[in-house]
Amino acid sequence: METIILFAPLVGAILCGFGWKLIGETAAQWTATSLLFLAAILSWVMFLTFDPSAHPNGTYTVNILRWIESGTLSTDWAIRMDRLTAIMLIVINTVSALVHLYSFGYMAHDENFKENESYRPRFFAYLSFFTFAMLMLVTADNLVQMFFGWEGVGVASYLLIGFYYRKPSAGAAAIKAFVVNRVGDFGFALGIFALYMVTDSIRFEDIFAAIPNLQDHTMSFAWRDWNTLNLIAFLLFIGAMGKSAQLFLHTWLPDAMEGPTPVSALIHAATMVTAGVFLVCRMSPLMEYAEATTSFIVFLGATTAFFAATVGLVQNDIKRVIAYSTCSQLGYMFVAAGLGVYSVAMFHLLTHAFFKAMLFLGAGSVIHAMHHEQDMRNYGGLRHKIPKTFWMMMIGTLAITGVGIPLLYVGFPIGFAGFVSKDAIIESAYAGTAGGYAFWMLVIAALMTSFYSWRLMFLTFYGTPRGDAHTHEHAHEAPNSMLIPLYVLAIGAVFSGMVWYGSFFGSNDKVGKFFGVPYAEASAHGDAKADGDHGEDHSDDAAHADEGDHAKEEGGHGKAHYNLVGAPGEGAIHNSPDNHVLNEAHEVPVWVKLAPFVAMLAGFGLAYQMYIRRPDLPRKLAEQQAPLYQFLLNKWYFDEIYDFLFVRPAFALGRILWKQGDTKTIDGGINGVAMGIVPFLTRLAGRAQSGYIFSYVFAMVLGIAVLLTWMTLFGGAN
Amino acid sequence: MGNILSLTTFLPLLGAVILALFLRGDDAAAQRNAKWVALVTTAVTFICSLFILGNFNPADTGFQMVESRDWLLGLQYKMGVDGISILFVMLTTFLMPLVIASCWDVKSRVKEYMIAFLILETLMLGVFLALDLVLFYLFFEAGLIPMFLIIGIWGGKNRIYASFKFFLYTFLGSVLMLVAMVAMFSAAGTTDIPTLMSFTFATENFSVLGVQIIGGMQTLLWLAFFASFAVKMPMWPVHTWLPDAHVQAPTAGSVVLAAILLKMGGYGFLRFSLPMFPVGSEVMGPLVLTLSAIAIVYTSLVALVQEDMKKLIAYSSVAHMGYVTMGIFAVNQQGIDGAIFQMISHGFISGALFLCVGVIYDRMHTREIDAYGGLVNRMPAYALIFMFFTMANVGLPGTSGFIGEFLVLMGIFQVNTWIAIFATSGVILSAAYALWLYRRVVFGDLIKESLKTIQDMGTRERVIFAPLVAMTLLLGVYPALVLDIIGPSVSALVGNYETALATFEAATQFASN
Repeated sequence: METIILFAPLVGAILCGFGWKLIGETAAQWTATSLLFLAAILSWVMFLTFDPSAHPNGTYTVNILRWIESGTLSTDWAIRMDRLTAIMLIVINTVSALVHLYSFGYMAHDENFKENESYRPRFFAYLSFFTFAMLMLVTADNLVQMFFGWEGVGVASYLLIGFYYRKPSAGAAAIKAFVVNRVGDFGFALGIFALYMVTDSIRFEDIFAAIPNLQDHTMSFAWRDWNTLNLIAFLLFIGAMGKSAQLFLHTWLPDAMEGPTPVSALIHAATMVTAGVFLVCRMSPLMEYAEATTSFIVFLGATTAFFAATVGLVQNDIKRVIAYSTCSQLGYMFVAAGLGVYSVAMFHLLTHAFFKAMLFLGAGSVIHAMHHEQDMRNYGGLRHKIPKTFWMMMIGTLAITGVGIPLLYVGFPIGFAGFVSKDAIIESAYAGTAGGYAFWMLVIAALMTSFYSWRLMFLTFYGTPRGDAHTHEHAHEAPNSMLIPLYVLAIGAVFSGMVWYGSFFGSNDKVGKFFGVPYAEASAHGDAKADGDHGEDHSDDAAHADEGDHAKEEGGHGKAHYNLVGAPGEGAIHNSPDNHVLNEAHEVPVWVKLAPFVAMLAGFGLAYQMYIRRPDLPRKLAEQQAPLYQFLLNKWYFDEIYDFLFVRPAFALGRILWKQGDTKTIDGGINGVAMGIVPFLTRLAGRAQSGYIFSYVFAMVLGIAVLLTWMTLFGGAN
Repeated sequence: MGNILSLTTFLPLLGAVILALFLRGDDAAAQRNAKWVALVTTAVTFICSLFILGNFNPADTGFQMVESRDWLLGLQYKMGVDGISILFVMLTTFLMPLVIASCWDVKSRVKEYMIAFLILETLMLGVFLALDLVLFYLFFEAGLIPMFLIIGIWGGKNRIYASFKFFLYTFLGSVLMLVAMVAMFSAAGTTDIPTLMSFTFATENFSVLGVQIIGGMQTLLWLAFFASFAVKMPMWPVHTWLPDAHVQAPTAGSVVLAAILLKMGGYGFLRFSLPMFPVGSEVMGPLVLTLSAIAIVYTSLVALVQEDMKKLIAYSSVAHMGYVTMGIFAVNQQGIDGAIFQMISHGFISGALFLCVGVIYDRMHTREIDAYGGLVNRMPAYALIFMFFTMANVGLPGTSGFIGEFLVLMGIFQVNTWIAIFATSGVILSAAYALWLYRRVVFGDLIKESLKTIQDMGTRERVIFAPLVAMTLLLGVYPALVLDIIGPSVSALVGNYETALATFEAATQFASN
């Protein structure tokens, strides 16, 4: 089954991409889509039936083929199944299948292509190929296969961003995405090399097993000695920064919106950009003991969440707002991962995939309705024109801004998906940093998230129609193929938080059971007492097993405490013995639990004031605060700074090395020496063209050759 | 089948002789016949080489299928193959039929053109199979002549300048090698390569003109060979002949040059420098690593600003050869495995890239990047193939380009992290220049009037690319095909190298005590 899930998208990509001439465009599209649905259904079966306790260490491996073998370096193509993989499988395949379906409607007519051009099979093939690469990434049992998927999704992303190949901006954005990602891959690759050097393996199992011996180990890298684990974790995190568009390597993500909107939903919101978070969670046994690096991850994640939200406040392109929102939400996930509550990071990854894919697809529906107009200043009053899209976007907005009922707990909190998972992160941030920088950044970012999300809603669906009247008149609701994916995602956006609260952010025994990590009760003194090996005794269908336990959990604050006690590699995630963030996150003060809710309300109020009650306010404010507005509108000038610091110097240096280095110095030097014989050569050359030289040399070579042949075949009796 | 190596080596020559002696005239029919003779000859040669591969036993790290005969003047004619050379032989025989097929549209002096390629094939195979110094030198140097003629006669506008630059550069390097060979003969009393590989050349330090030579004789010999191989590779800073030669060479010439001829340098390092002069290699290794790292960064930056497609790919070749020299002189299993893999893979990829340039050059007769743009509109198949090899060139995992690069970097990281950092930064730069090229040529709207009628690739062109695509993918997904064959030989090479160094160090310690 694992193999079918993994290869169905690849088969779909090949059949669709190369076979469409034989079977026709529509059949090709259906082939790719139905194979994706097959993969999605199997993934859900896998996810719901996966029982970590049935396997040693909560994981098992399916080997497929040998891959790189050189000396002690040995890797296979293999599938590693554990809870992390299972989660990613449903996220990737569900969103991908829905995006395939959605694309039937969205890509049906595209004015970027001429009448007779077949672009649809290509689009579907790329989507399926992307899905395959992403699956390779998450099912890898070693870092190199992960790197394969890592770069594979990069290529798919490159191809899809540049899908409208006639647009110069699309070509530029595609290159930028690939090259910036390569900067991340540079770090990732170095991390892999370093890991191999110290553990003699790149398989997760071996690496995790070697971790305990590597604490306090140092290695020399570049100019000094470093703590090995910190160094490796940092290098790997550079890769994660690139893929997940964290601050400094984020510049490609907004530009990636040049691609068709379904691509943005699939790749640049739900799946690929979360690969960095997945990497940190996957490497949790390493990250746990790399304190300096994880502090950095928390810092950078929080800063990104804040930075991206500020930029999102003022963007006018509907897709860019959502893109910055994605960037910001990824920052949240990294804060959680950096704090060591990997389950919470995965939780937000899961819920975010649903509601963000939904927002993007909803935005796509709006864009579709408005004839590819993306500037929100030309929208307005659309809720009557496209009511179904409006309601779906509303659900998405309620989810991302975190609407729910605070402090009410009925075995799980009541609220939209984002409410549950985002609050979980903010509470963890408070617990993990003792109310420090990360916590406040995230709360402020929550306020801004609410503001820009409602700003988007108000500008698009409320008020009076602006922009081209003709376009507004002809605005039409999307076809069912586009609406059905929205409905499905809406279910996720509403319920996924509540359903899986216990598994991801419940007490440690539930989390441990879900992820297949051994846990133990911690007594008042903090001593751990073993409680069964993997908690396998009461393993039911993990996703649903928690109903009965909620009663205990509810009143359980401060009573039954559990810790994850697995050794590195036991189970899908690992916590070090002194990591108590998850437990502490449940005991934060009430005001901390209320903070994100209040921030959300404030953001809503502010947006309501500025875009519904006083629509003239934003313009005034922008004029009043012109420097600040320009600073935000131009995304803190990152692109300009990078262009000045890296792009131009690279080209200039290239030119200098070429003209001054190669031509002048090297060739000049050698030519100078050779100058004496050049006239002589020229004369010879003149004759070479006439053919004499050719004959002479030819005869000579032939002679040597014949002699050799003769000698070989008949000569030398030995 | 005792003569299988000689048979394979000289088969192309036989074809050349037949062409030279029996084919008359220069009309269309004669041209066609010449091409068919050449194609069939190279194809049969490839089939012969499959027998070599079939008979080859990877577990045996010595030379196999050895043929040895007395030759002129007491010299030996000796051929043999081992895990290090066999894949270069296969690469050569595999690519030559494709090279011949790629010049199907050549109209001038077709017969001579074919003869030149056939002779070149014999000489290249000879280089990889020769087990005698003199024989090796003969093949190595004679190989220059057909290539010189291919550039000088069938090349572009500046062909004379380029061909002489090519010839002089490589020839001057080789002269030093010849001197070294004489010195080796006088020291060891033999020109037999297997014997020389187990011979220990003197390592006592001495000084020349007041400069202390650490590693003595070995270092000097190493330097002499280095002069020749470094030019061949080519390594920075003696690489400047390559872009010129490529730009002026006809497409098929470029393919052979990039795919096979450059590999002779790498092969030479593995056959001579490491096993015969381990101490010299150890002394000079850091120099090579530094030059390699510079080459990768330097030539990648230069590639970024090129205006001529072929020049860009030529500079990218230099960068990729930087990985090769780096891997070799990392002297560990991953490094050398990676270096050999990179050479094989680069043979397919760079060959294909030059063919890609050839496809549009044949149509538009210009290599200038600015003359193109938006080709995807009319040439979707071409766009796909070009994209595939562009990605392979930047080392995308799943293609063979990745495995070599990855193993080399893995190997070098264990030796020196500084070098590894610089070399790894090459993956960023390579993505930049390769995609920037692709975007300017293929993406965008088709605006230029001259391109409005351009035709997509025909069947012949597709057939040429198919095997290259297949090999690039196959080796990327299942590299064991290569690694299983070279593994034991490389392991033995590294083992011998380390033993030799250990002996040397023990001896010097003993001496200093």
